[in-house]
Amino acid sequence: MATIGVLGLQGAISEHVSQIEATGQTAVIVKHADQLAEIDGLVLPGGESTTMQKLMDRYDFIEPILQFAKQGKPIFGTCAGMVLLAKKVSGSDNPHLQLIDIEVCRNAFGRQRESFEAAITINGLVKEFNAIFIRAPYAENAGVEVEILATYEGKIVVAKQGNILVSAFHPELTDDTRLMQYFNAMVEQTIKTKVEV
Amino acid sequence: MEKLIATDAVKRGMAQMQKGGVIMDVVNAEQARIAEAAGAVAVMALERVPSDIRAAGGVARMADPRIVEEVMNAVTIPVMAKARIGHIVEARVLEAMGVDYIDESEVLTPADEEFHLLKSSFTIPFVCGCRDLGEAARRIGEGASMLRTKGEPGTGNIVEAVRHMRKVQAQVRKLTLMNDDEIMTEAKILGAPYEILKQIKEAGKLPVVNFAAGGVATPADAALMMELGADGVFVGSGIFKSEDPEKFANAIVQATTYFTDYDLIGKLSKELGSAMKGIDISRLPQAERMQERGW
Repeated sequence: MATIGVLGLQGAISEHVSQIEATGQTAVIVKHADQLAEIDGLVLPGGESTTMQKLMDRYDFIEPILQFAKQGKPIFGTCAGMVLLAKKVSGSDNPHLQLIDIEVCRNAFGRQRESFEAAITINGLVKEFNAIFIRAPYAENAGVEVEILATYEGKIVVAKQGNILVSAFHPELTDDTRLMQYFNAMVEQTIKTKVEV
Repeated sequence: MEKLIATDAVKRGMAQMQKGGVIMDVVNAEQARIAEAAGAVAVMALERVPSDIRAAGGVARMADPRIVEEVMNAVTIPVMAKARIGHIVEARVLEAMGVDYIDESEVLTPADEEFHLLKSSFTIPFVCGCRDLGEAARRIGEGASMLRTKGEPGTGNIVEAVRHMRKVQAQVRKLTLMNDDEIMTEAKILGAPYEILKQIKEAGKLPVVNFAAGGVATPADAALMMELGADGVFVGSGIFKSEDPEKFANAIVQATTYFTDYDLIGKLSKELGSAMKGIDISRLPQAERMQERGW
């Protein structure tokens, strides 16, 4: 069993905790960077990316999260989390963690009025996934290292690069835990690799 | 691959993304930028903050669309705006403008003293105030996707928000312990839709988030409301009526995130200057109590 942290600064924290627990893992709400040492994987939840970004800066999360990723530990970002992990953010000269080689546009599908849900196909999942997009971003393009797992209307909405997984929509707003299970498998793989080493 | 807009999941989910955050009242683009820079999760665009509405008297209406538009252009975080209770056209205008959330608000003078808006008929989600579970369930029944305490806006006095938050939570707890055959009578007593109460009983919680609003004047007030189980905080007059709004806004955001870190809240509360002047609710004539508006 793995311990998975949810960055606990703002947003859909309890929803992710429920998903982690529903998939049989232990969930920890991470409010201070030193807690990163206790966890095997980290979720950056949906919420407001600007708010989370400010709090991450103020409470010195950036360097510790970069270190966490460097150790090969997986990070899963949904919506705001995808924005925070992206290498480039359109219209902003202040990208954040830059851990996945994609260029995202914030609120790319429009404002709340245009927010929607749709069943989408994700590579590796047999059945469609009911994806809830709320003022969601998408990735316009991705580097060669990036594995594109799902697109919607031609835009990248699920992607993976090494130990980093992102989705533009909110799996945490549904009871569908398949993406969380996918992430759990990434986490378990790194735990196993470490033990073998 | 069919695209569905304005579903419950999309409308309620938007409010879930605001959890643990602070939504700030602003009256122009400059204030909106200060709020965004301080880490607000959304701004509420209005013509006057509640304490000024209180002072000005007269009829308080939806903000001038120019102000709403100016705020929408100034920030990338969500923008909310207020419509009068029951004012179908004000709400439709805000919807047409594309604001992200509409507050059917008792802070404005009600347009209808009998009927609230049928919020389920709108694409844009709504937030509404509530003082107890009956009011909460009625608003959910009409289609509200987010709730907040009514509190007593523009007073800088937290007592009513505390009362309303505790009341709703206690009533939800009571409901979850009831037998199924007791729910209809509870619905009658509360004046609440039966089906909504049944859902709440089964889930053990409200189906939408419930924020604190109406009287939050200090970082400690915001933390108190979080401690009492609020999902987040609306701050109206508190910020831009304080001596140093920028510092104040920053402090409230941090106190909301770290609401059990009392050392931090102590530090944040130092050198903030004076908070807005408060009003004792008992000195407020019945007719001036905004929480009595709506039902």
